[in-house]
Amino acid sequence: MFPTPIEKSSRSWQFGYQGLLPLALIFWLMPLIAVAIFSIKPEADFSQGNYWGWPSSFEGFANYALVFTASDMPRYLLNSVLITLPTVIGAVALSCMTGFALGIYRFKGNMWLFFMFVAGNFVPFQILMVPVRELTLGLGIYDTKLGLVLFHVAFQTGFCTLFMRNFIRALPKELIEAARVEGVSELRIFWYVVLPLMKPAIAALAVLIFTFIWNDYFWALVLTQGPGSQPVTAGITSFNAEYRAAYHLMSAGSLVAALPPVAMFFAMQKHFIAGLTLGAVK
Amino acid sequence: MTSMPLASSSRLPSRASWWHRNQQSLTPWLMLAPGVIFFLVYVIFPIFQSFHISLFEWDGLGPKEFVGLYNYEELYWDDAFYVSLRNNILWLLLYMLAIPAGLAIALFLNQTVTGIRLYKSLFFFPFVISQVVVGLVFSWFYDPTFGMFNVMLGWIGLDPVNVLGDERFVTYGIIVAGLWPQTAYCMILYLTGLNAVDPEQIEAGRLDGAKGLKMLWHIILPQLRPATFIAFVVTIIGALRSFDLISIMTNGGPFGESRVLAFYMFEVALSEYGFRMGYGAAIAVVLFLIMMIYIAFFLWKMARDERGH
Repeated sequence: MFPTPIEKSSRSWQFGYQGLLPLALIFWLMPLIAVAIFSIKPEADFSQGNYWGWPSSFEGFANYALVFTASDMPRYLLNSVLITLPTVIGAVALSCMTGFALGIYRFKGNMWLFFMFVAGNFVPFQILMVPVRELTLGLGIYDTKLGLVLFHVAFQTGFCTLFMRNFIRALPKELIEAARVEGVSELRIFWYVVLPLMKPAIAALAVLIFTFIWNDYFWALVLTQGPGSQPVTAGITSFNAEYRAAYHLMSAGSLVAALPPVAMFFAMQKHFIAGLTLGAVK
Repeated sequence: MTSMPLASSSRLPSRASWWHRNQQSLTPWLMLAPGVIFFLVYVIFPIFQSFHISLFEWDGLGPKEFVGLYNYEELYWDDAFYVSLRNNILWLLLYMLAIPAGLAIALFLNQTVTGIRLYKSLFFFPFVISQVVVGLVFSWFYDPTFGMFNVMLGWIGLDPVNVLGDERFVTYGIIVAGLWPQTAYCMILYLTGLNAVDPEQIEAGRLDGAKGLKMLWHIILPQLRPATFIAFVVTIIGALRSFDLISIMTNGGPFGESRVLAFYMFEVALSEYGFRMGYGAAIAVVLFLIMMIYIAFFLWKMARDERGH
């Protein structure tokens, strides 16, 4: 293990390290901690200039309740859910199929199709912006959740295909050969042999895509407009415009908007990191 | 191998046999069709359409007017374009700091003391929250009247600075905000990489008297090469995609000094400054060509690795 395990070092450094950890963490998360403190302060503290002192009272509950009752926040959150979940399902489903096709079969053009997905996945969004907006307007789904979902599914399929194809490549080939010898049809091999083995990859992709899509801001600006369809990342800016200078509410609102992916991360940590670090180890 | 299923299917009645005989060559295309069609329509075709639109003057509603390469010529004389390009280069260079910073934190956290798992997760935290929230958090952090940043400057005896309102500092201030989640990402890549480092090589190095930085440089880093490669790729893409933070923190200001190409393109094509789709597309094409260098490099490396299999 590198660096040298702490148990093997001097007693004083062991204590030093244990003490350093929380300090480093507080320093690292300082901007976030500041916002969390803001979100439980009463309004009066800000008007009296008590930004960094002890809160004169703890209004956390009232502030967060206000975010949920006195604004469009619940709607934005619901929109985010209704955009994110279908995208996750769509992108994972499509890429299970494309990954299977590219990972199992040898045929002309396999490599080129794979490269198309990989390259498309890296393009700057801006080159797609004008045409995709036109397409969405033309289909009559501008400013709808469906319009966003369709684009997200298509774009994420690039990354997901890269991921799934590499995962399937690493599966034992003998299983599929054996099934073919038994006379199992190709579609049944996909459904009954390969798909069950892909569960860890599906879980990893699902949490990753959930986070990516929940946190998307650019496409929400390009393809949607109002509280009817905008997700919470775009909604938070209107929320802030409405509560300008009400820092306790803006802080609470921001934390609410940030929470779902954080919860997802802590619940599915193992899968999340497995997905994110794909390829970081040979 | 492939003759086996053919042999078994030839025994089936002839009406089912066409599918059975050809299923191994048909199935991949059947499986690919939905994904490929979606991807072509929403990603691949639009790239070419953008090239096409960049040759027109178009407000997004009325008729398109063909102007040839005029948009690119205008870009050549556009000061705002050069400011954006300069900032893009700044982003690319300074964003690289996320890689050594991520490695440093990973080395710091790669221990087995109690509670270390929770520490690792909490250090990774900034990457999970949306850039919109990161932007908000940092714009309050920098706020000239109450921001924590100026409080901290006060501790070391410096005068308050309005980071986001000063054209000298604004881009650096936003890049620091972007480095926060990006460093967390690189950290997790290196933590995973460090987990897989071969302990025998470390022992061998120790016997040879390698320690500290020497050990890191000669024995650890070569083994972390895959992690470093991924870190480079995601950091470059992250730097070129920087849009959210700029939009949230400064909206390109002050005086357009914090724009990057991605933001300037959006501003030209879709904001209150006017709907110049053709000009916006031309900026996007330039951005795309810059990114193309990296995409080509990545594909080249991947093709090489594939052949190695």
